[in-house]
Amino acid sequence: MTQTRALRTKRKKSRNDLSGYFYIAPFFIVFGVFGAFPIVYTAWIALHDWNPIGTQTWVGLDNFTFLVSDPRFWNAVRNTFSIWFISTVPQLLFALILAAALNNALLKWATGYRMSILVPQVTSVLAVGIIFTQIFGREFGLANYLLESFGMERLDWQSGVLSSHVAISTMVMWRWTGYNALIYLAAMQSIPRDLYEVADIDGANTFRKFFHITIPQIRPAIIFTVIISTIGGMQVFAEPLIFGGNSNFTGGSDRQFQTLTMLLYEQGFGRFKFGYASAIAWALFVIILIVSIVNYMITRRISRE
Amino acid sequence: MTTILRRTSEEPDSGKARPRSSSRRGPSWWVYLLLTLFVLASIFPFYWMFVVGSQDSSAINDVPPAMVPGPNFWDQTLEVFNRVDFGRALLNSMIVATSIAMGQVLFSALAGYAFAKLRFPLKNTLFVFVIATMMVPLQLGVIPQFILISELGWVNDLRALIVPGIVTAFGVFWMRQAFDQGVPDELIQAAKVDGASNIRTFWSIALPVVRAPSAVLGLFAFMFAWNDFFWPLIVLNKQDSFTVQVALRQIQNQAYVTDFGIQMTATVLATIPLLVIFVVFGKQIVGGIMEGALKG
Repeated sequence: MTQTRALRTKRKKSRNDLSGYFYIAPFFIVFGVFGAFPIVYTAWIALHDWNPIGTQTWVGLDNFTFLVSDPRFWNAVRNTFSIWFISTVPQLLFALILAAALNNALLKWATGYRMSILVPQVTSVLAVGIIFTQIFGREFGLANYLLESFGMERLDWQSGVLSSHVAISTMVMWRWTGYNALIYLAAMQSIPRDLYEVADIDGANTFRKFFHITIPQIRPAIIFTVIISTIGGMQVFAEPLIFGGNSNFTGGSDRQFQTLTMLLYEQGFGRFKFGYASAIAWALFVIILIVSIVNYMITRRISRE
Repeated sequence: MTTILRRTSEEPDSGKARPRSSSRRGPSWWVYLLLTLFVLASIFPFYWMFVVGSQDSSAINDVPPAMVPGPNFWDQTLEVFNRVDFGRALLNSMIVATSIAMGQVLFSALAGYAFAKLRFPLKNTLFVFVIATMMVPLQLGVIPQFILISELGWVNDLRALIVPGIVTAFGVFWMRQAFDQGVPDELIQAAKVDGASNIRTFWSIALPVVRAPSAVLGLFAFMFAWNDFFWPLIVLNKQDSFTVQVALRQIQNQAYVTDFGIQMTATVLATIPLLVIFVVFGKQIVGGIMEGALKG
């Protein structure tokens, strides 16, 4: 006791370690050059008609006014939101169920289950894209084989708006469900046992306990996963790109599954319109910000009940 | 009391013998069924990749589809190496992912140590800044990043991937927590009393204590770098600079007729290194994700 007090006063007396700046310098320098500066500079480029090998002309807000009148932009917004919604809602519900099933101290092979559900997460996104593009193929895909064996019509997954979104969402969902389940599981395991014991005494059944104790207690984890999947979902790129095969960055013949990052890439590195691509980047940034805030508020309210 | 009971009952044998009251019962059969379904769903596409990748290209048309691996994996592998320089791509990915993993651990440890254990003006403000940047999608700066990389002459150069990748806000956050929880202030004070310099205290006293979380960070960084696609696709246009992911895209793109057999073989090859890491370190990775969840 006296020892800690002595140490504490000693620490108070000790002067600042200015050498701390040397420790944090590498992070701040590299991050400043390759992270922070480009984000700010994007705003500057967005105000220009900027051709990387040609001229750079100041155009004011023209790129932004063009953006809001560009049907390709709104199409990409719709696709991005649709894919995000179709992938996130079932993904988080499955993750909750999975975590609840794993959250039992007497479960056998617990480590095996946890590792297995994480396999999709360590599979590269390109691999996921290629595997599922094959599964959702029109001619010889496994999905159509299953549809047919259940007596249903085979689908041209790629050509439809909704069917292509479902296929792409399946990839996202497959990759992330296990990861989210582990986050929920960690949160569930840190819930104090007494809460459940009190509920047992009150005679609450499993489902009541789940909705009135578990869900409110893991609220921070739920908010975390919702925000992470929002930020990721708004930037979804590789899955729709691979799903499109050779159609490159347009996301299908009618742009039926072109997402915002694909449009950004198409304009920036397909057509070298750096100014317009930068405007798309900023729009995407604002969208992510708004959606994150809205989700945060909704999630808070829902899981509080 | 309950915690003690739970601890002991975690051993499988004692669990069976224990009388079953409602709060200490093992999961019922439908929980196992449910989990088995989830596991199958997680593993199957992976297995499917091996199946298709080891059949010859025409087998993909079979009805019903083949469900067991075929004999052609080796021939297909040779074909993959014929079409693109896949060996070079594997080597490039290895170089990039290893450099990023080592750099991230080193620089994150340095910054994390300073934020956890040193005192200097504006420390808290700077740390709040680090946390805030974790929320910013850095992809959005991709246009100026590309301009910058061109100015540096790093297009088609692995440095374009490595240098921006060696620091992350997440890494700093992670290592700060590690030092904060793992290294008691007393240990550092004692080292100072013994006359060790700051950097020596960091390197020989504090860093060895946080070996485990550093390793987990390194694994995360490696896997993330291995799987990165958006940025490499932008800055790498020449075969000899391709990473595995870009090479995969090339294989998918160059065929006139979609040849899923070859694509899947290449996918298997691209995934093997990650699979090895996962088999060896899977437990730590799972632990890392679950720990990270509690910190966040």
